[in-house]
Amino acid sequence: MTVEWRAIAPVLLVLIAAILGILAEAVVPRAQRFFAQVFLTVASIVVAGVLLVTNWRAGLGGPVAMGSMMLDAPTYFMWGALLVFGLISILVFAERELNGGVSAFAASAATVPGSRAEAEASAARLEHTEVFPLALFALGGMMVFPASADLITMFVALEVLSLPLYLMCGMARRRRLLSQEAALKYFLLGAFSSAFFLFGVALLYGYAGSFDLSAIATAVQNPTMGSGVLYAGMGLLAVGLLFKVGVVPFHNWTPDVYMGAPTPVTGFMAICTKLAAVGATLRVFYVALSGERWSWQPLLAVLVVATMVVGAVWGLTQTDIKRTLAYSSIAHAGFIMTAVVGAYAGSPTSPLDSVGSALFYLVVYGLASVGAFAVITMVRNASGEANAIASWSGLGRTSPLLAGIFALFMLSFTGIPLTAGFIGKWAVFAAAWRGGFEWLVIVAVLLSLVAAVFYLRIIVVMFFGEPVDGVVVGRASAFTWLPIAVAAIGVAVLGVFPGPVLDLATAASTFLR
Amino acid sequence: MIEQYLYLAAILFTIGAIGVMVRRNALVAFMSVELMLNAANLALVAFAWHHGSFDGQVATFFVMVVAAAEVVVGLAIIVSIYKTRRSTSVDNANLLNQ
Repeated sequence: MTVEWRAIAPVLLVLIAAILGILAEAVVPRAQRFFAQVFLTVASIVVAGVLLVTNWRAGLGGPVAMGSMMLDAPTYFMWGALLVFGLISILVFAERELNGGVSAFAASAATVPGSRAEAEASAARLEHTEVFPLALFALGGMMVFPASADLITMFVALEVLSLPLYLMCGMARRRRLLSQEAALKYFLLGAFSSAFFLFGVALLYGYAGSFDLSAIATAVQNPTMGSGVLYAGMGLLAVGLLFKVGVVPFHNWTPDVYMGAPTPVTGFMAICTKLAAVGATLRVFYVALSGERWSWQPLLAVLVVATMVVGAVWGLTQTDIKRTLAYSSIAHAGFIMTAVVGAYAGSPTSPLDSVGSALFYLVVYGLASVGAFAVITMVRNASGEANAIASWSGLGRTSPLLAGIFALFMLSFTGIPLTAGFIGKWAVFAAAWRGGFEWLVIVAVLLSLVAAVFYLRIIVVMFFGEPVDGVVVGRASAFTWLPIAVAAIGVAVLGVFPGPVLDLATAASTFLR
Repeated sequence: MIEQYLYLAAILFTIGAIGVMVRRNALVAFMSVELMLNAANLALVAFAWHHGSFDGQVATFFVMVVAAAEVVVGLAIIVSIYKTRRSTSVDNANLLNQ
């Protein structure tokens, strides 16, 4: 029994930093706490990234930590992407200039909104620096989730990533009632879906006699039990996974939670949760259940169509920008899942398979998403963020740079050529097409045209509307500008030179069993 | 023999799922989720006995620890909502739908 400490060092480092962060809450004086937490968080993620790259160069791989995790090419890619997106989205947490010297999180989350205790906490300029360790715990769980080689590790990782997110959702400084409500909804529905996940785990264990994904794959090939248990287990497990991805009919939490959560947290969830959830879905369906491909592909295809319809059509009717982006994230979950449904294994002439194209799409979607939510934190009125689309009117005149960057992200979401979004869409649709789901690709292209309407509507409002009184672009520090710049450059560069990242994604396409 | 345990687990799971969907009190809904987790525990233990392996039994300990952690987080959220609104009804939590 050995544990490959070096191979799992990136995950361990993130989790240890989270524990040290909790300790820092107790021992570091309040005045230095914010700086200490930001430093610890950024340093641990950067060092974890360096460790990841050295491990990758050294060719470490295979089953690690007594076979509970699988360190294969997709894992490396997802860990790298999670660390990069985790870093740039957690940087936005550290922004204090926009709020007049305090962070976007509640002064004291335990106080009742509107009470004297809350006013005193705000007047004393208290801050919840616990959000940084919480974000690190979530990030650690997200890294383990898609790397799990057995279902119990996967279940524990699912909870480790979810529990801190529930708390972080309820910690907004402004509009605290909405924030608390978002936390309650996310928590109840998340706990509900993880109960389904767990019952699915129990049934698959009963079917295969083991929690190992590879042992389940073997049992699917050589059944020893009736397939009823297998189908029930597969379905229940899928409910838990697809809830986290945000696939219809398990998407109901997305608009409410994205809208109510503090915007930096929404940016973090929008990409990192989705990346981890899609990664775990890929691993479960491609490693453990690939023998049952013919039974899950058609069902999943139906759900994907419903997802794209709901995301694109409901997105048209929204008046709040965070809610619009939530429906956009549902639509994008659908686009990503077209590649998953295709289950295209790659060929010598077109090697970009379903796994690689889904991972590439996630990177592209993540860049635009982190950037867009960071921009949303900057557009403000007297009561905080101005999230109504109407109040973004005329932003192109008052602040052309920011509006231009936001327009770039919207164009990338739309999938306009020369932005990264176009290459991403092309990759996932090609994988679905080659996997034999031509009809699904046609539906997806039509629905991405529908979705284009609401992205373009935002651009039209920004550049052709009259400026609204009282809405200003806040003066932000580098903690907000740096993520926006990274995202904007990433979207533009990947749109023109997608080669290197596409190559990495293509190389990261084979799951070890 | 295994079937009876599974039927019981499935019945408990269904009661829990229906409880989450029809009860309006956040605390009762949360208790129903715990019932679903325990139904899964029963299924895990029954299958462990059926296969003659310890994996399933060990897994229930993981589930219990996770459920305890979930209670900590869940009650914190529900109590903060209760302090704000003097109610834990999920029907009253509808600001986001307006």
